[in-house]
Amino acid sequence: MLAHSLFFYFFSSIAVLAAIMVVVSKNTVYSVFFLILDFVSISILFIMIGAEFLGMIMLIVYVGAVAVLFLFVVMMLNVTEQNAKKSFRKGLINNISVGTIVGAIIFLELLVVVGGWKYKYNFLPLSAENFEEKISNTHALGNILYTDYIYLFQVSGMILLVAMIGAITLTFRKKENVKRQNYFEQIQREKSSGVALVDVEPNKGVKID
Amino acid sequence: MINEIGLSHYLILAAIIFSIGIIGIFLNRKNVIVILMCIELILLSVNINLVSFSIFLQNLVGQVFSMFVLTVAAAEAAIGLAIIVVYYKNKGSIDVDQINSMKG
Repeated sequence: MLAHSLFFYFFSSIAVLAAIMVVVSKNTVYSVFFLILDFVSISILFIMIGAEFLGMIMLIVYVGAVAVLFLFVVMMLNVTEQNAKKSFRKGLINNISVGTIVGAIIFLELLVVVGGWKYKYNFLPLSAENFEEKISNTHALGNILYTDYIYLFQVSGMILLVAMIGAITLTFRKKENVKRQNYFEQIQREKSSGVALVDVEPNKGVKID
Repeated sequence: MINEIGLSHYLILAAIIFSIGIIGIFLNRKNVIVILMCIELILLSVNINLVSFSIFLQNLVGQVFSMFVLTVAAAEAAIGLAIIVVYYKNKGSIDVDQINSMKG
């Protein structure tokens, strides 16, 4: 149990420090970096107490999608430059150093996880993941998610659909000077509206508008 | 007992992260994106609570609900960021101090 408590204190202190840094850091890009660090630490804690599926989903959804979305918006809106104009602009070196610190801490955490893998039998009694039967956490979760909670599962899918449609409609801008296809007009076109027979007089030609 | 990690340790961790998120919403005077990140922190701490109760009470329902919270958090982040992008296009700034057109 000693290993479990050591890991818990290590990762939870990193998570708390990263959460504080999210709040207090001057640059928004650093805040996003520390948010990523926080999510990684918490997902490691989840994996440690036996909720492996949620930990992995958290890594994929938060670090892979949400944090990258945040980073994308921060960079697109040029917020960092606004803040830098107010304060003293320190240049690229500062960016690199903070990024390196966050990356190094995440790497350290991964090393600790790999190094602590031989203690995994200490963790298993505590996690008690196979609550009754001998199945994995993912299997057990799937067993109840797709049977008892199938309606909630579908509703969450609808929530994601609505969020996607909302985000697209919010940010959609109609552009001028862009020619688009109009299928109905194309299909409705007939010979009477599309073709005209003109008598061409000699030496005068036809005026085409 | 320092060697025995129980339910209370996880709950305290969740409480600390939750309060940091709350404090961040109030302290932050820079821009709205940091407020959105603080909301993400709060949802994360709720997830910690759900998962730790689920593990220690031997009931998987908590993890299922945590997954739904995750879904809602992702949807909320997407919508919030879209609103921020539109606001920035219209006003040219997302400083919290300058967002006062609703006179709130």
